Amino acid sequence: MYANLPARRRAAAATAAACALATVLAGCSGTTKDSEEKAAASRGSGATADPDAPLRKGLKLAFLPKQINNPYEKIVDEAGIAAAAEFGGTGKEVGPSDAGASSQVSYINTLVRQRQDAILIAANDPNAVCGPLKQAMRKDIKVVAYDSDTAKDCRQLFINQASTEEIGRSLVRDMAEQIGHQGKIAILSATQNATNQNAWIRYMKDELTKPAYRKMDLVRVAYGDDADQKSFQQTQGLLQAYPDLKGIISPTTVGISAAARYLSDSSYKKKVVLNGLGTPNQMRKYIKDGTVERFSLWDPEKLGYLGAYAAAALASGQITGAEGETFTAGELGEYTIGTDGEVVLGPPAVFTEDNIDDFDF
Amino acid sequence: MPTASDTAAGRPHPEQRPGGRSGGSSGGRPTRPGPAGRVKGVALRWDTVIGILLTAVFATGLATTEGFADPGNLAFALNDIAEVALIALPMTLLVVAGQVDLSVASVLGLASALTGALWEAGWAFELIVPVVLLAGVAGGLLNGWLVTRIGLPPLAVTIGTLALYRGLASVVLGSNAVTGFPETYARWASDTTTLPGTFLPYPVVLFLALAVVTGVALHATALGRALFAIGAQEEAAYFAGLRVKRIKLLLFTVTGLLAAFAGIVFTLRYGSARADNGFGFEMLVIAAVLLGGVDFNGGKGTLIGAVCGVLLIGVLKNLLTLNDVANEVQVIVTGLLLVGSVLTPRAVAVAAERRHRRAAAATAAPPP
Repeated sequence: MYANLPARRRAAAATAAACALATVLAGCSGTTKDSEEKAAASRGSGATADPDAPLRKGLKLAFLPKQINNPYEKIVDEAGIAAAAEFGGTGKEVGPSDAGASSQVSYINTLVRQRQDAILIAANDPNAVCGPLKQAMRKDIKVVAYDSDTAKDCRQLFINQASTEEIGRSLVRDMAEQIGHQGKIAILSATQNATNQNAWIRYMKDELTKPAYRKMDLVRVAYGDDADQKSFQQTQGLLQAYPDLKGIISPTTVGISAAARYLSDSSYKKKVVLNGLGTPNQMRKYIKDGTVERFSLWDPEKLGYLGAYAAAALASGQITGAEGETFTAGELGEYTIGTDGEVVLGPPAVFTEDNIDDFDF
Repeated sequence: MPTASDTAAGRPHPEQRPGGRSGGSSGGRPTRPGPAGRVKGVALRWDTVIGILLTAVFATGLATTEGFADPGNLAFALNDIAEVALIALPMTLLVVAGQVDLSVASVLGLASALTGALWEAGWAFELIVPVVLLAGVAGGLLNGWLVTRIGLPPLAVTIGTLALYRGLASVVLGSNAVTGFPETYARWASDTTTLPGTFLPYPVVLFLALAVVTGVALHATALGRALFAIGAQEEAAYFAGLRVKRIKLLLFTVTGLLAAFAGIVFTLRYGSARADNGFGFEMLVIAAVLLGGVDFNGGKGTLIGAVCGVLLIGVLKNLLTLNDVANEVQVIVTGLLLVGSVLTPRAVAVAAERRHRRAAAATAAPPP
């Protein structure tokens, strides 16, 4: 009685396959990357800004960090939420517990349904969040990226924590001051193809070509791959290869703390200057024991604060996100929007023994 | 393979596992409970419970949560689990046959990475799709081959290939993210493009169509009966003349194919091809299938249950997120549901068995 069943089975399988293929191939029109790029849509905002408009009361801001429970982002977001209260609005932080490329998407959908006035996002992937953010903007929800940008046409503003150029140049300036403008220095970076690291190093090298630094010599760029152990060994290697090394710049939080740990236990302590980008909680010990005199990073509280005011200015119609518009960010003062909707927080914050206890992140 | 007539006498078949769920017989289940179990069991069948739960959660959403009933939101909520849903279909068949494939999310990631790499290399998208699907077939074949020819347990094999395929994905694309896929296809996968007159995005429409096909295959064909037989007693199925190895190889291959297809959908939906796409999805897929009452030991389950399991996970996630329930709590809720889905039917079965034994003892004992 089952004799005809294999045929039915084949028919079912064929139906399934046909179903899948038909859908996949629907609209088959020879699409390649090039033809698609040519069809790229142009963007433009029809709205006009009214710089004198007051900040609207009762604005609802939502912060969407890369992942919740990240101590650094918590500080940024809480400062933003506090800022929202300052101008009579409300803020909240929602987000995924993993920093996967797509995990923020369902949160954006939710914020759209909840009719927030603005979404502030630190994007895990610049493009994966793009579609839903565009949907949000179509529903007149303002979108501000902070800390980590989205694709340019998927947000109105990007709050950049510090300009790449400023970080590179100021790290060299600080180091020169600490070693009296002369001697051999080295850089301990993360991975060889880390975009932000390489951009900073490019500006460091450019700064070093200035006459003021002619007695300084960059002997090597070492790579610790953002791994603690490897960074530790690379520091060791640098000091063995260049016994007269005067300073190390490590623009990575993993690298600088590993280098500090090595220095603090070695005879090079207080003889070799270590500077770079680190977090106060990682570096507090080495500031206190004198291994490190100063290091930098941006102030995450100011980043959140500025983000909240920028979002409020957008939602109140003070600005549209166009280059050259200005707005006032509470006690931080006035900011001007740069190219591609970028707003730079300012020069990096420098942490020393005097101020490090004011920070907890 | 025990047949219906073996067990219709009202006694559990000797081969019935003690943990076996008593319940109805849809889908050619090899075992039937005693009459008492059947009466109680119909109402308590786990896939029915999940169906009711899904309806309840949905109704709660409609009644209490602003924005939930919005067609845009429903489209989003469904599309958000489109890939999990697509992979859950072959996974249901695998689990019914007592197998499992942990490498599905890695195949998805590999498919995404391949799509990105080939697109970046300037290939036509219409050419990329079949090549990527073939890669998925190859991945599935390797899994199936290792399981059937070398005789390794599927769990061990696919834990290995889980790492292998994810590793290959990283080799193919590194830490790059490729974007800018053709608008025609990206729109097809988006939740804003729906079947005219409905809130169903196309990946969901495709899923529903495939679910019907899979449901028929599982519950109304000889192949489906073979899967239940293999899951219940592989050796018995073999001696009953079923081509166990060939069927298993086919299952793993189809799973690889659909996982690769889900990888393409994922890539288009997010507009971002990455090697780490869908990381950890295998657990979500298996959770959804088990939640739907498919027995991890094989031999029992319904496709409609698995589909309800997938939908429940999706709707619940959407509803909790809309109510600002923290992600950790969402994970706990899903975990509790899953534990419940495994525990409840067992508890019901044990209770039914005790009742049955007591009843049998009462009839056997002569009156004093």
